[in-house]
Amino acid sequence: MRLQSKRALVTGGASGIGFAIAKRFADEGASVVIADVNPAQADDAVKKSGGKFGRTVGDVCKMRDAERMVQEAVAQLGGLDILVNNAGIETTGSVTTADDDQWERQISVNLNGVYRISRFAVPEIIKAGGGAIVNMSSVGGLVAVREYSAYGASKAGVIQLTRSMAADYAEQKIRVNCLCPGAVDTPLLQRACEKLGGSDPGKIRELYASFTLLKRIAQPEEIAAAALFLASDEASFITGVALPVDGGFSAQ
Amino acid sequence: MRLKGRRALVTGGASGIGYAIVERFLHEGAAVAFADINAEGCKRAEKKFSKNGQKVHGLIGDVSKAADASRLVNEAVKFLGGLDILVNNAGIDIKGTVVDISDEDWERQIGVNLGGVYRMSKYAVPEMIKAGGGAVVNIGSIAAFLGYSGLAAYGASKGAVVQLTRNMASDFAKHKIRVNSVNPGVVDTPLLEHAIKAQAGANGDWQAIKQAYVDGQLLKRAAAPAEIASAVLFLASDEAGFVTGTALMVDGGYQIQE
Repeated sequence: MRLQSKRALVTGGASGIGFAIAKRFADEGASVVIADVNPAQADDAVKKSGGKFGRTVGDVCKMRDAERMVQEAVAQLGGLDILVNNAGIETTGSVTTADDDQWERQISVNLNGVYRISRFAVPEIIKAGGGAIVNMSSVGGLVAVREYSAYGASKAGVIQLTRSMAADYAEQKIRVNCLCPGAVDTPLLQRACEKLGGSDPGKIRELYASFTLLKRIAQPEEIAAAALFLASDEASFITGVALPVDGGFSAQ
Repeated sequence: MRLKGRRALVTGGASGIGYAIVERFLHEGAAVAFADINAEGCKRAEKKFSKNGQKVHGLIGDVSKAADASRLVNEAVKFLGGLDILVNNAGIDIKGTVVDISDEDWERQIGVNLGGVYRMSKYAVPEMIKAGGGAVVNIGSIAAFLGYSGLAAYGASKGAVVQLTRNMASDFAKHKIRVNSVNPGVVDTPLLEHAIKAQAGANGDWQAIKQAYVDGQLLKRAAAPAEIASAVLFLASDEAGFVTGTALMVDGGYQIQE
């Protein structure tokens, strides 16, 4: 039980990596509230957790929602020790082919969403005497993936914001780190494979797997294990890092 | 018990970070052979470790010598019955710029910190392949990423270890061996004390220099060796099943500061 009596908020916690993180944290003894933009999926996730998760619904793109979600989470948990900024979307396009609205939305969810939630969550973590924040970046923030310019910029922004936050709140004993997953077996990946692969999405999955040293895509639980490490006291001297969990993709 | 049933070899295991790694691995259920060049320290550490009736054995040797490296791996495998985890931790630090360091010191620095990783891995990796895969953790340093003055050979050796980690990850992924590096910042170890005392000189105030190091940290403290060991544990365990070729900083945020 590596998170005994810790209180955690996980954004985008209803599915994929966020759900796996929420589940692992709960298994390790934490009280967990998931935040998600999709109320039906959030309800499903709570059900799947056996009623263990609390939930709050809202859009990290909206400052008011961010404030309310943090307030609701803190009310349910009685305080906050751990924040996982996981909510994210994925759009495609180069700077010439990207749609303006899509560009804005991409940056608003993946980068500004971290800002908005942290703005309200950090004071709560300070009240608790310190804690840990894990932001979700991506290998797409480390290397350039063609036709992923907005996504790449948003995720690289998350890496630098992670460093800035680590420097800003070290004094208050808040560690801030981020994870850079490669391809992970999630609904988000499935949608990308369907979009790119047409009638044969499996072909795209195999292609993604072939890009890694380990020749496979990750399971969400493997990202959750890394998030657990960074959120726990095991990482007590680690702050400001971007940890790739990418099967060696970015090391090549 | 996150390493139950695993067999690990840790170099430089008689003191400092290596000692903390052996201690943590034993606590997590692994059987451990550790190597050290210091015969007395090695015996002392083995005595302390075996108090709890755990399977642990100290081996004496110099990782910079091919014959020693081969023998160390052989003896470890004989004792453990195979090998799943290798931690290349043995290291030294010798001061100097490229102008004022002696040729012998340069060779020795590279021979231990980089050559030691190469030599131990040369003999250990085939054993891990026999075991069906495993994990290698190399100890780099924050000095692999930042240019500390008067630490040319040390910095070069550690920078090379970080890159060798990526190459090994690439070479042995097909054998299910993950290879990562842990890069500590300031850690409370005999090596640190030795380095700071050397910097202070015979009559210098080494405590003041140490305090300056600590004040320069984001977290305003040096790491305990146990905090490096917990990062090594993570990378050596199945929890890091999709992590390979990475350089994990365990430096209290030092590298990211202005």
